[in-house]
Amino acid sequence: MMKDPRAPEALSWSVFTQGIWRDNPVFVMLLGLCPALAVSNTASNALAMGLATTFVLLCSGVLVSLLRKVIPKQVRIASYIIVIATFVTIVDYAIQAISLELYKALGAFIQLIVVNCIILGRAEAYASKNHVINAFVNALGMGVGFTFAMLCLGVVREVLGSGTLFGVSLFGPDFQPWAVFVLPPGGFFILAFWLFLFAVLKKRKQVRMAGRQPKSETEKEVARAT
Amino acid sequence: MSRNPGTASPTPPRSMALIGTLGGIAMMSGLLVATTFQLTRERILQNRREALERAVFKVLPEATGRRSFFLNEEGLQALPDDALGQASLYAGYDDSGALTGVAIEGSARGYQDVVKVLYGYSLERECITGMTVLQSSETPGLGDRVETDPAFQANFECLDARLNPESTALVHEIVTVKHGKKTDSWQIDAISGATVTSTAVGRALQQSASEILPLLHRYEAALYENTAEERTSP
Repeated sequence: MMKDPRAPEALSWSVFTQGIWRDNPVFVMLLGLCPALAVSNTASNALAMGLATTFVLLCSGVLVSLLRKVIPKQVRIASYIIVIATFVTIVDYAIQAISLELYKALGAFIQLIVVNCIILGRAEAYASKNHVINAFVNALGMGVGFTFAMLCLGVVREVLGSGTLFGVSLFGPDFQPWAVFVLPPGGFFILAFWLFLFAVLKKRKQVRMAGRQPKSETEKEVARAT
Repeated sequence: MSRNPGTASPTPPRSMALIGTLGGIAMMSGLLVATTFQLTRERILQNRREALERAVFKVLPEATGRRSFFLNEEGLQALPDDALGQASLYAGYDDSGALTGVAIEGSARGYQDVVKVLYGYSLERECITGMTVLQSSETPGLGDRVETDPAFQANFECLDARLNPESTALVHEIVTVKHGKKTDSWQIDAISGATVTSTAVGRALQQSASEILPLLHRYEAALYENTAEERTSP
């Protein structure tokens, strides 16, 4: 049976966990890869970027959901972009106020959260069609999922590329860091490893589910992502 | 799909409604941004001041106090303490009020973007005594080592920046040479793997030193005036 796409979804646990695992923005939906590759060179940058994105996701999700009945659909994308840009600017000022070091490390990628497709995607696909509480919970899940993915990349890259974790030296002064991992190519390598891991996990799950469900999970996921 | 008005979807809202919605959202956005700006402004300025302050005392390790100065063709003027951003140089003094050195900014294009450095200069020894990076977006792990690499920092223990007898130009231009090729005290030994950034640091120092140092020597008397008062401690 076809579900009405505009019908609000009931609040359930999966609204939250969707973004963390099943539809993880980076590892499953492959969204927001630009910041994910660029600022995951150390664990603390990754964490900060993840938290900043989560904040923008939450605030814009809530506001878009609150305004969903007011915004005419002809100007919805423009409205979402204004809302998102507002919160990104707020994060930008907040990070400058918290630590200039961090601001220097994240560089242009804070401003570029504006065009992060996870956020616009959530506003368009979820927040604009659902109750504000659902939108909040879903955005929180997506934010946690994104932060988790950022940390997966950041921790591995920092440990291999600098021999440190959150700035704490792990292997002593004799460790020769594998500098390529903190450089852009390292981001692609590590992302490929994680995607491989996720693909294997998904495949195994599909094999297990095959007997019970005739319809393949992948088809549904492809439909959701596109 | 048919464009026939008979079968079209409900009539689109009037333009005024669209303009009103966008205008309303934009106003709300402006209000939020302005509020945040006001709330964080003090804190951000404070952070910037502290970062610059730290940099000044890093390149002038013997100093316990500093004053800001504005330098141009007409002379050297002392600036009030809160004018940290407009200053062209910072003079460091020790406890007894004696001048220990001057911190000067320089910048040059690096690998990704402009590299802004602050260096300490000793008038007495006529050499550059320290260098720190104020702003850069160089490659982490390679270019950003100009700040942390001890061998590279050793270039700035006393980098020759002597002026000619007429005090119009440097006797030797400051140049960056390939790693391991340094032979003279006015050369900077580049970091292997970060030659572009090392060269940028060298160019920043050369440009800034050849422009500022002749002027500084002409007006240096102002640095020694009423040093006891209006100094700030770290």
